[in-house]
Amino acid sequence: MSATSCNHAKEADRFTADRPRVQWHDQALWFVRAKRDAAAHAVEEWEQLRETASQIKRHTLARLPEYLEQFEENALRLGAQVHWARDADEHNRIVLRILQQHGVHKLVKSKSMLTEECHLNPFLEQHGIEVVDTDLGERIVQLRDQPPSHIVLPAIHIKKEEVGQLFHQCLGTESGATDPKYLTEAARGHLREKFLEAQAGLSGVNFAVAETGGVIVCTNEGNADLGTSLPRLHIACVGIEKIVPRAADLAVFLRLLARSATGQPITTYTSHFHGPIPGGELHIVLVDNGRSRIRADRQFWESLKCIRCGACLNTCPVYRRSGGYSYQHTIPGPIGSVLGPLQDAKKNYSLPYACSLCGSCTDVCPVKVPLHHQLLTWRGEIVRRGLLPWRKWLEMKVVSWVLRNRRRYQWSGKLAGWAVRWTPRWMLYNRLNDWGKSRELPEFPRKSFRELYRNRNGRNQ
Amino acid sequence: MQVGLFIPCYIDQLFPDVGMATVEVLEKLGVQVDFPIEQTCCGQPMANTGCIEDTRPLAERFLAIFRDYPYVVCPSGSCVSMVRHHYEAYLAGRPGFEELKRKTMELCEFLVQVLGIDRIDARFPHRVGLHNSCHGHRELRLGAASELVIRPYNKVRKLLESVDGIQLTELERPDECCGFGGTFAVNEQAVSTLMGLDRLQDHQQAGSEVITAADMSCLMHLDGLIRRNGKSLRVMHVAQIFAGRPLSGSPLATSLAK
Amino acid sequence: MAETSRDTILQSLRAARLESVELPELDPSWSQFADPRARFAQVLESVGGRCLSAADLQDVNRQLAQRTEFQQAKWIGSTVAGVDRVNFDVMGVGDPHELEQLDFFVAMGQFAIAENGAVWVSDAQVPHRALWFIVQHLVLIVPADQIVHNLHQAYQRLRFDHAEFGLLIAGPSKTADIEQSLVIGAHGPRSLTVILL
Repeated sequence: MSATSCNHAKEADRFTADRPRVQWHDQALWFVRAKRDAAAHAVEEWEQLRETASQIKRHTLARLPEYLEQFEENALRLGAQVHWARDADEHNRIVLRILQQHGVHKLVKSKSMLTEECHLNPFLEQHGIEVVDTDLGERIVQLRDQPPSHIVLPAIHIKKEEVGQLFHQCLGTESGATDPKYLTEAARGHLREKFLEAQAGLSGVNFAVAETGGVIVCTNEGNADLGTSLPRLHIACVGIEKIVPRAADLAVFLRLLARSATGQPITTYTSHFHGPIPGGELHIVLVDNGRSRIRADRQFWESLKCIRCGACLNTCPVYRRSGGYSYQHTIPGPIGSVLGPLQDAKKNYSLPYACSLCGSCTDVCPVKVPLHHQLLTWRGEIVRRGLLPWRKWLEMKVVSWVLRNRRRYQWSGKLAGWAVRWTPRWMLYNRLNDWGKSRELPEFPRKSFRELYRNRNGRNQ
Repeated sequence: MQVGLFIPCYIDQLFPDVGMATVEVLEKLGVQVDFPIEQTCCGQPMANTGCIEDTRPLAERFLAIFRDYPYVVCPSGSCVSMVRHHYEAYLAGRPGFEELKRKTMELCEFLVQVLGIDRIDARFPHRVGLHNSCHGHRELRLGAASELVIRPYNKVRKLLESVDGIQLTELERPDECCGFGGTFAVNEQAVSTLMGLDRLQDHQQAGSEVITAADMSCLMHLDGLIRRNGKSLRVMHVAQIFAGRPLSGSPLATSLAK
Repeated sequence: MAETSRDTILQSLRAARLESVELPELDPSWSQFADPRARFAQVLESVGGRCLSAADLQDVNRQLAQRTEFQQAKWIGSTVAGVDRVNFDVMGVGDPHELEQLDFFVAMGQFAIAENGAVWVSDAQVPHRALWFIVQHLVLIVPADQIVHNLHQAYQRLRFDHAEFGLLIAGPSKTADIEQSLVIGAHGPRSLTVILL
């Protein structure tokens, strides 16, 4: 494939080489999945909630232009300012313009996958603005100059020893300290200063309510909230798919969101911003950046129902063992593997194949995005667009040709059996035998089922 | 009652005893089994790679071969799911396709739903761990997936529990994928292997002697790992247990003895 | 510029018609509890908060006085009249940054939710919204008859018809971003006490 595409399996090799770390990563995420299970199973009407949430999203996406206009009208009425951005570049320029107009040099930011998607931080930094991510996990990866490896748990791939070392270098904590409580306290002190210095706060948005014009932000740390309640300027960046029609719909989504994400009944803080802080300004940036194109896509529009809870990442047996960075895309895991190729099919062609089609993501998804079905559909698209490596493509052509004829199939079976029995082991388990790298081949029996069956029936008659 | 027996290609070629055991189980229950010899493969490897045009002729063949049977029974959840859930793209609107979807059934499903069986007359005095193969579990809904908040049930497990002398083990992760996933096993060899090894570890801590499943493909992958790593676990398809195969008598077990 | 983008986005959305489904009716009878008060207390404790009951304001003062954080607090603020030892006039603060020194803050919560242990508060109760997050220890007093069963009922009560900041608070500020170890006191209050009055 071209140099611009990335191969998940190859990227995963780097992560899988460290077996104990893979095991640790898998168990940390399975622990979250287990908490999610306990929380979900405590809600009797869970499946009804999922179906209701899915219906609300379907309805909203179908009538998105009307709801966006309604949202804008109400937000303006409450005194917010509304901006529209077609793409990442326009989004970044809008944010920069607002900051420059207010003479902002120091910005505190809370978690927002949208701004990750738009690569806002490096853009603002290039223009001389200090950007501090205030979510603890985000701050850790920011200090390491890494992107988040998970959409809810940005630093899930980092061990406390590594955080200790990082904080020793960056925040002056004691050398060798690894206690999460101590390290969190140090970060609290460090980020308190940043909060107090900041001239503006930027947040992502979990839900934007059309009928009220409000934006809702969910956090556990209180960072989005503190970061937007000290300065007079709040910029809220919203993907256009975040709209819900009614405030009452929030009940459905909030009941699902935190339980799916971390197993909590609700996040610690659920802030409802209706209009700016008294005497201040609230700027809401509505961002398309490919969403209207996805919505128009008959095969993949349902991926826009996603509420970014991260449950599909936590449950994905591949994500847990390959790590977030193996996807080489802002959003990793099952949902990222659907969205990645929508953004750039050539670069991300391998992501739909980074999946055993186990279907756990589809069943765990609180808004019923048919994730593994979409990944399978993507594979068809990858082939249709000629993006599958030619060797795999040819293999399938040959196999299909063999299987279309009973005699060809039977002879190939014989030939394969003979080859496996008579090829010396060192030759059989060669470099190209990906099955045999870690597994024994099955033993080819001398007689196939159809032969045994025919023999038996022959005897009976 | 007559059924068309659908034996997946890899069972035909690699695990003939699983096919024979399926025939025996069905015949013992008075079912008249017919194996249409023209069958080869349902096309799943091509379909799961996204090679739609290479799958289409195989789906068409399948319909032509099986459309006249009152039921089509297969000892593989994954291949049945291919017919029921993924043939739509190739056969929608074809005469006989809607019926084919309804009447193509995985073995345990057929035993429970059509024959109304809740007991299997067989003896297997061993500690057995059930691997809930994903496509049977989450696409055919043979059991309640752990993600869903629904009343727990499991058709495969229920049948296994009725086998005389059997002891079913309890896993920490009752329905996590083994990492086979068809071409995934070779495309993502490293991750696939780690997934499989974790399943083996779970079965070992639970005390399973034998891992069983309604899908031989998962077991082929797990068995490959067992033999490479010299583990003491064994694998058997549920049909082999239902047919009363002894532990040492299974063809896989003999290969293990070598 | 922004005008054009707005039109472009809305036009491209209008160009693709999606099959619409009805907006589902919501069922407020979901998740009802035999004893909402007990359920609220239990859930709040499970998320790291503390739930107390008090007969009257005197009782509140008595219970606060027993708390070590309260005894050790240097600066205490309150928007509830009659709380003892208040020495920080939060109403007189012009710049919310000054609230940084505040150790203890007592305010009224409007109502509590049994299902998830959350309390609804809003700008209506405080001069600065930063108070909810910047203080070291937060106490919310909620009338004991103001406990709804679930979030559906909560949103039936709430009206968002004017500019106001409101939020649900469920427990103290927390994080598990370092190896999934739960640590209480991330950026916001290190403790949350809800007193049902």
